Amino acid sequence: MSFAEARTAGSPALSVSGLSKAFGGVQAVKDVDFQVAEGELLALIGPNGAGKSTCFNMLNGQIRPDRGSVKLSGEELVGRSPAQIWRRGVGRTFQITATFPSMTVAENVAMVLMSQARELFSFTRSAVNRHRAKALQLLDMVGMAGQADRPCGVLAYGDLKRVELAVALGNEPRVLLMDEPTAGMAPRERVELMGLAARLAHELDVAVLFTEHDMDIVFSHADRIIVLSRGELIAEGDAEQIRSDPLVLKTYLGEGQVYGQDKKPKD
Amino acid sequence: MGVYLAQFLSGLASASALFLAASGLSIIFGVTRVVNFAHGSFYMLGAYFGYSLVRNLGGGALGFWVALLIASIAVGLVGLLVEVIILRRLYKAPELFQLIATFGVILVIQDVVFWYWGAENLLGPRAPGLSGIVRIFDVPMPVYDLALIAIGPLVLLGLWLLFNRTRWGVLVRAATEDREMVGALGVNQSLLFTGVFVLGSALAGLGGAIQLPKGDANLLMDFGILAEVFVVTVVGGMGSIFGAFLAAVLISELNTFGILVWPNGTLVLMFILMAVILIVRPTGLLGRPETIGQKTETGPVEVVLPAGPHYKIFVAVVIALLALLPLLVDDFILVLVTDILVLALFATSLHFLMSTGGLVSFGHAAFYGGGAYAAALLVTYAATPFELALLLAPFGAGLLALVIGWFCVRLSGVYFAMLTLAFAQVAWSVVFQWSDVTNGDDGLLGIWPAAWASGTATYYYVAFVVAAAGIFLIRRVVFAPFGYGLRATRDSSLRAAAIGIDIKRQQLAAFVFAGVMAGLAGGLFAFSKGSVFPDEMSIPRSFDALLMVLLGGIESLSGPVVGAAAFTWLHDELITFEYWRLLLGVVIVALVLLFPQGLGGAARHHVGRYLKLEASPGDLRSATPKREQRA
Ligand SMILES: Nc1ncnc2c1ncn2[C@@H]1O[C@H](COP(=O)(O)OP(=O)(O)OP(=O)(O)O)[C@@H](O)[C@H]1O
Ligand SMILES: [Mg+2]
Repeated sequence: MSFAEARTAGSPALSVSGLSKAFGGVQAVKDVDFQVAEGELLALIGPNGAGKSTCFNMLNGQIRPDRGSVKLSGEELVGRSPAQIWRRGVGRTFQITATFPSMTVAENVAMVLMSQARELFSFTRSAVNRHRAKALQLLDMVGMAGQADRPCGVLAYGDLKRVELAVALGNEPRVLLMDEPTAGMAPRERVELMGLAARLAHELDVAVLFTEHDMDIVFSHADRIIVLSRGELIAEGDAEQIRSDPLVLKTYLGEGQVYGQDKKPKD
Repeated sequence: MGVYLAQFLSGLASASALFLAASGLSIIFGVTRVVNFAHGSFYMLGAYFGYSLVRNLGGGALGFWVALLIASIAVGLVGLLVEVIILRRLYKAPELFQLIATFGVILVIQDVVFWYWGAENLLGPRAPGLSGIVRIFDVPMPVYDLALIAIGPLVLLGLWLLFNRTRWGVLVRAATEDREMVGALGVNQSLLFTGVFVLGSALAGLGGAIQLPKGDANLLMDFGILAEVFVVTVVGGMGSIFGAFLAAVLISELNTFGILVWPNGTLVLMFILMAVILIVRPTGLLGRPETIGQKTETGPVEVVLPAGPHYKIFVAVVIALLALLPLLVDDFILVLVTDILVLALFATSLHFLMSTGGLVSFGHAAFYGGGAYAAALLVTYAATPFELALLLAPFGAGLLALVIGWFCVRLSGVYFAMLTLAFAQVAWSVVFQWSDVTNGDDGLLGIWPAAWASGTATYYYVAFVVAAAGIFLIRRVVFAPFGYGLRATRDSSLRAAAIGIDIKRQQLAAFVFAGVMAGLAGGLFAFSKGSVFPDEMSIPRSFDALLMVLLGGIESLSGPVVGAAAFTWLHDELITFEYWRLLLGVVIVALVLLFPQGLGGAARHHVGRYLKLEASPGDLRSATPKREQRA
């Protein structure tokens, strides 16, 4: 399947409508509508505090929205627990990585495989080296196979991000949510990781939604971009459209945060 | 109608003392983030101080109230000592060690009180001028009750003024909300902490003192009130003084009215009330969702590894030695080692919950005693044969763990610890009070094993095989998918939930499993002693288990076995002294202060590395301490 086909053929995997959440007086997310199609790499961008992570947390059930609906291939997800939503095929990574520091890298991935295989109530089988081959395979995809036996707690931040991605891929998700997946990585690693994300979307038909502060990454990899500002969606389009959108420019420049632009001279 | 009003007023009256104690705990926790387990002891001290002071300051009304006030201040000074000598050094230590240290204080205070005032219950003196009766709608009502009814709201008002109208109080509130900020304001933080601790202690002392004319001073009141205070705090919402007041009233009313409808069921009613509130409002009546104190820090996170080759040899040698033991030593030692084996299983079950599950239970003896009582009741009332009773004991305990755990896993961190303690105290009280069935304090006697197993050496083998099998099973579970899943919930609840792990279900199953194993130990215990007493369910027994885990080092899987041996030895050394509790308390406090990472942890660090007791392939290093991340 060619990229173009994948992008056009994909039916909406995840449909979000009217999603809203307030924390006390802060309206973190307000009436957000968007869809992610199968095989699409969709970027959700916006300044700090725009509500991106809050959106993610509502998509995977960690936070219950005040209003709105999230549908996975037509099935309502709002009201379900993170565990249930994961079972239906929504995997995610966290902005602040969440891994199991008392386990090795391979065990972190094996953990998700055990959960997938519904083995968590097995009291007597051994979990040592369980699903190791599959775990190594997943780690190989993200370039972490070499560190499979290191404790997760000692990894560099960028490496943790990669482990998280391997974990998120463990149950072959239909929808993958990545909150700042390349934070803490060197420029080349970023490109590699986003290349992997693009392959997942375009070759395996996964619907990938990611946030990212590095505009170069966003513009060069995302199939489509949506822009969040103060909790509201203000723009949608491909890289070219977003780059020239006056509202987006104002949002970023107006708040004194010049993402992308300040990076360019360095490249 | 009159009866109900009188009953209502009487409930209000008993709420006051409870509220004073609970507000003190709440204030201390709010600022220092320490749950003061010695709070019940401060309450008890207040009662004893009050008793003596009232007798010395004599008959007048003024003397009486001055005496109560001095008692309260004196308890505040005791609090000052405890804070300055012990807690101040532990604010940065893992939470578990703070709790254990305050438990050391409980033991010390118990023995000091026992030494000075003796074991007799001291009937409280009447309040001069208020000892009469008034008639309300023709129902007699002690005048002192009216005074008590006034004291609660008065103190509440006083605290409100203190926290809203004084600079110090505003600082305390600020510190409750954001500790770092107060540090940044240039406030002397350690002075603030000390002040708060003194205030909280004095409130507990006052609570103990003012209830004297209605009750007495006795040596059991420390754990009794502690459990009630925990219930009040959980029901009212941690950190909310109004919540504490509301909950104290609610619980006291429930008790006074409960007695009318169901005289023996007040404890059960309290249990049900707590359950309902926890289901409807997990944060308590007026509590806010807490972000801090959700997890009990037990020390740095380390990678858990299966046994290395040297360790396996080491264990095989120990097992061989234990198997040959009856040939080598006399009966006295055999009995001692039987005790150790039973306690090792008990401690290992708690260790599983704590280290793999991150669930620090302060009431684990409920299941140890639960198993012992299950076996004893089966033998006493159903003439169950030894083998069957031993087999069923863990199921009895598991059932109890299912009920208690179902509520407790709804909370986490210190709230979980408090709730387990409260439930264990309820279980103990039921056994203690329900003497028709359990024989109360006199215990159940004649619980002997079958004839074939009754020899010292034979029973030793029974205990050895059962305990060893239990310990190996627990170890197996640690390294089974279940154990991994449980550890995942401990490491990061966020990640665990995001990979499909049902955290509460995993934790409940772990709680029940640990309860079952503790029950097995309890069953073994019952048949080894031939009797069971309520002590086996009591809070001190729960702390014994915690102590064993701590002595052995929480991060070591074989720690609890070593800890049980060390504990038994320590206990045997100390028990020869009349005031062994005091010594034990001092030892506990000293251990915590000297080795805030656990004794076994320190030893293993040096010896274990040398002996290669655990596998260490290539570049495995222990993980750096890592706090849970929250999105
Ligand atoms: N648990 C919470 N409680 C209160 N306020 C919150 C909470 N989580 C987020 N907020 C607030 O909601 C708003 C959106 O936060 P969010 O983390 O979603 O932004 P973001 O777009 O992910 O920002 P960043 O780029 O910094 O990650 C912010 O104002 C934040 O302070
Ligand atoms: Mg974010």
